[in-house]
Amino acid sequence: MKTQGKVTGIVSNLVIVEVNGPVAQNEICYIDLAGTKLMAEVIKVIGKLAYVQVFESTRGLRVGTPVEFQGHMLEVTLGPGLLSKNYDGLQHDLSKMKGIFLQRGDYTDALDFDSEWDFTPLVEPGAHVIAADWLGEVPENWVKHKIMVPFTFDGKYTVKSIVPAGKYKLTDTIAVLVDSNGNEHKVTMVQKWPVKKAITAYKEKPRPFKIMETGVRVIDTLNPIAEGGTGFIPGPFGCGKTVLQHALSKQANADMIIMAACGERANEVVEIFTEFPHLDDPRTGRKLMERTTIICNTSNMPVAAREASVYTAMTIGEYYRSMGLKVLLLADSTSRWAQALREMSNRLEELPGPDAFPMDLPAIIANFYARAGFVYLNNGNTGSVTFIGTVSPAGGNLKEPVTESTKKAARCFYALSQQRADSKRYPAIDPMDSYSKYLEYPEIQEYLNKNISPDWVKMVMKAKNIIQRGREAYEQINILGDDGVPLDYHDRYWKAEIIDFVILQQDAFDKIDSNSPLERQRYMLEKVMSICDTNFHFDGFEQCSSYYKRIINVLKQMNYSNFKSEEFYNYEKELETILNERRVQ
Amino acid sequence: MEIKAFQRIYTQLTGITKATVSLRAQGVANEELAMVHGRLAQVVKIMGDMVTLQVFSGTEGIPTNAEVVFFGEPPKLKVGDDLAGRFFDAYGRPMFGDSEVEGEPREIGGPSVNPLRRKQPSELIATGIAGIDLNNTLVTGQKIPFFADPDQPFNQVMAMVALRAQADKIILGGMGLSNDDFLFFKNVFENAGALDRIISFVNTTEQPPVERLLVPDMALTAAEYFAVEKKEKVLVLLTDMTLYADALSIVSNRMDQIPSKDSMPGSLYSDLAKIYEKAVQFPDGGSITIIAVTTLSGGDITHAIPDNTGYITEGQLFLRTDSDTGKVIVDPFRSLSRLKQLVIGKKTREDHPQVMNAAVRLYADAANAKTKLENGFDLTEYDERALKFAHDYSEKLLAIDVNIEVDTMLDTAWQLFAKYFSKTEVAIKNELVQKYWPN
Ligand SMILES: Nc1ncnc2c1ncn2[C@@H]1O[C@H](COP(=O)(O)OP(=O)(O)OP(=O)(O)O)[C@@H](O)[C@H]1O
Ligand SMILES: [Mg+2]
Repeated sequence: MKTQGKVTGIVSNLVIVEVNGPVAQNEICYIDLAGTKLMAEVIKVIGKLAYVQVFESTRGLRVGTPVEFQGHMLEVTLGPGLLSKNYDGLQHDLSKMKGIFLQRGDYTDALDFDSEWDFTPLVEPGAHVIAADWLGEVPENWVKHKIMVPFTFDGKYTVKSIVPAGKYKLTDTIAVLVDSNGNEHKVTMVQKWPVKKAITAYKEKPRPFKIMETGVRVIDTLNPIAEGGTGFIPGPFGCGKTVLQHALSKQANADMIIMAACGERANEVVEIFTEFPHLDDPRTGRKLMERTTIICNTSNMPVAAREASVYTAMTIGEYYRSMGLKVLLLADSTSRWAQALREMSNRLEELPGPDAFPMDLPAIIANFYARAGFVYLNNGNTGSVTFIGTVSPAGGNLKEPVTESTKKAARCFYALSQQRADSKRYPAIDPMDSYSKYLEYPEIQEYLNKNISPDWVKMVMKAKNIIQRGREAYEQINILGDDGVPLDYHDRYWKAEIIDFVILQQDAFDKIDSNSPLERQRYMLEKVMSICDTNFHFDGFEQCSSYYKRIINVLKQMNYSNFKSEEFYNYEKELETILNERRVQ
Repeated sequence: MEIKAFQRIYTQLTGITKATVSLRAQGVANEELAMVHGRLAQVVKIMGDMVTLQVFSGTEGIPTNAEVVFFGEPPKLKVGDDLAGRFFDAYGRPMFGDSEVEGEPREIGGPSVNPLRRKQPSELIATGIAGIDLNNTLVTGQKIPFFADPDQPFNQVMAMVALRAQADKIILGGMGLSNDDFLFFKNVFENAGALDRIISFVNTTEQPPVERLLVPDMALTAAEYFAVEKKEKVLVLLTDMTLYADALSIVSNRMDQIPSKDSMPGSLYSDLAKIYEKAVQFPDGGSITIIAVTTLSGGDITHAIPDNTGYITEGQLFLRTDSDTGKVIVDPFRSLSRLKQLVIGKKTREDHPQVMNAAVRLYADAANAKTKLENGFDLTEYDERALKFAHDYSEKLLAIDVNIEVDTMLDTAWQLFAKYFSKTEVAIKNELVQKYWPN
């Protein structure tokens, strides 16, 4: 028997329900508003009163309205067909909804239950299996989607029977498993999992030891993100968080991309809907949309569902990770998620923490980031969820609770600087403030040196040092004036500018420059560093600046040309000529 | 709104605060409207049989035995073609003793558009102002505010933009509008012979601030009618959103909510987003474009109101007076139209993106030169030229009183480049230089 209840209080989307039986924290219930079912989640219980947050507008709701509890937490439905879907924050398929406007209670299926899938078994009867083991696979776009022993299955099972290869519907039984007590369990291609719980059905989660190539120079070269790593992008409005995340979603070396549009603009999601079906994945040549799933809770959609949306996205990511895939999860913006928590905490009249955010915000953020990671599956394969979130600090001030809590949880910090954005030095990632902790991991250093070039890490450190020294020289020039400093200061400043213009800056809207593969990044960094190592002769600072501007201009043309094309080599030749003009032998 | 037979009437208040009254009542629906002592109010909280109502015009003088009549429905606006050419108050009641609107009542603040039913905006809005069309091109379906100190002529600029925008309907949502400004809008629209395209919902400074909270939803409900049902291009003007946000903080304050930054409610972001996200381009041609005003205090954009706005809108247009020329300009550094990428160089001439960037970069060089000058350092010969360029650029292109076509803007920029700089200094793609560099 399901627990029933009646509404006794309403404050915006916080509703108080008197219940006639047991309820669980985070249990889902439906409020029956004259035939329209409003989904809600229990967030506090006192005696017979359950406090629920409604994922919809509560307009028109009255005291006495019946409520039915579901006996489970907020769950996602996992199975073939998740790829390329556009979901709301609660995993309802947006394309199946009727009408132009989102109607309350129009809850659509996450998967296409009529569809048939080409199943191939991967185990034989008699095999011993545990949760997350692969029973079979179906082709989904270009992925081999694994049908797994449901994550909720505890203990050891024996495969009693499995269907032969062929076409099956999602809810057809594809295998029968027997548990240690001899009970039989039917398995279909669909399973459910509560979003707030991490899927931990893997053998081991080691420290990440590889990097995930993104094609963005300032990330890959200067502060690489690890496959299975975590990072975040804080920045004032308009500094390029979304553009950078979109670039990552197009270019990153991942098998699957999940974009959680969390409390941001609808038009930005429309941009993905519009472009991704036409853009090619640079690696597979398939359309980008084929490897992308969008969880979309834009800023005008119900606030409580915004909080759920990041968990929905993470759970889908963990599901595909269990199939041995490289998943990249992007959330824009995690601050909106934190704000949703704040709104509810205020309505519950909880004791507020800094800036009225809930006291446990740091713990919530840390728990979420901890779900990312590189894992060894039970069958020896590997999979990963790499997570990069954006943060929108109030007033652009990084000393605020969401940024500070995230800084403790994420290992890469890509701080966007207002100043760089104002001077159109995109991507506006501040080269000095930003960091990647992975660059300090010996296993990552080894990986980089082995896969890019033997002295790579040393060279990167040196480049950072030149940027730092260039910045110091620039400050001196500003204080003392162009004439007031030795010529050497100008030279140092301009060498740092070469790195800035040629390596750090990258045009996200240029077809060629937007994506720079590692091989190309190595070539350009080596080129630039060799110039930085060269001594030039100048008669005065004006000569120095106009000379370096010419060098930068040619190097930028190289960035805009196809790698190693004739054009590219022509610019390189031109560069050599310029360098020879003033090189001190 | 007249009282109907089925309506429930109560006469015993149990609590009164500055903005709210409470009473025991049965069968009340969340967010339904009521009349308290002849004043409009809305249900904001229900606890058992205890109902709290927010009284829009304040509770001054309301007695404990005041009559409370529940209407059984949330705020609505009657929509129909009949709306055009008329002026309404914040409750959607016709002003100037005008007759009631013929039309169908619609709940205001309705649901959001399914993102999948939107189209990517791609239609340019030409305003003739180069600070906008050249550097910060607007697109239908966009939402963008003017950021300006209270002494800037933002309402004038907005009216000008509205009239030149070739919209099918212009809907003005005035919040805390001074009577003079209200009359200004009325006159400008009248003189332009555009009144039949204009619909206004106005709360003036003389009216209670909390009433303003209804204005954007009223304006946008009307906008949705014309954009969805009539497939029209609708332009919504919201001025001043800072005063709207102030009204939000008054209410949350009086309801004892915990304030977040700058005494604003913690839900400010969501509250503003619900309004701005009504901007939309539909596939069948209908669109809602929102141009708003957010007044700043001393140019501070880190204050919670402009800050949250900036995180929601698709850019901002920053007005300031240029000390060099004495003209009001659209500041090229702090302004941004995020949707310009969708049209420049595609719907406009191919050289648009590069010319725009080069001009702003050279203007930045001038700004650096200015700083040098102020710090007492010598200027180079290049600095001198950059400064002269900046003066001309500001006067001929950035000033809001310029009214020219986009192609003329581009030609003007090329002329200024050629007058003050060499081709390498301007550093535009060779192919374009050959085509457009003036001889
Ligand atoms: N790499 C880039 N190259 C060129 N232009 C860029 C780049 N990054 C950002 N921009 C410019 O900055 C604008 C704002 O970028 P974006 O939308 O990513 O900002 P944001 O940080 O996400 O802001 P918000 O917090 O308001 O969402 C873009 O519309 C574009 O004009
Ligand atoms: Mg963004």
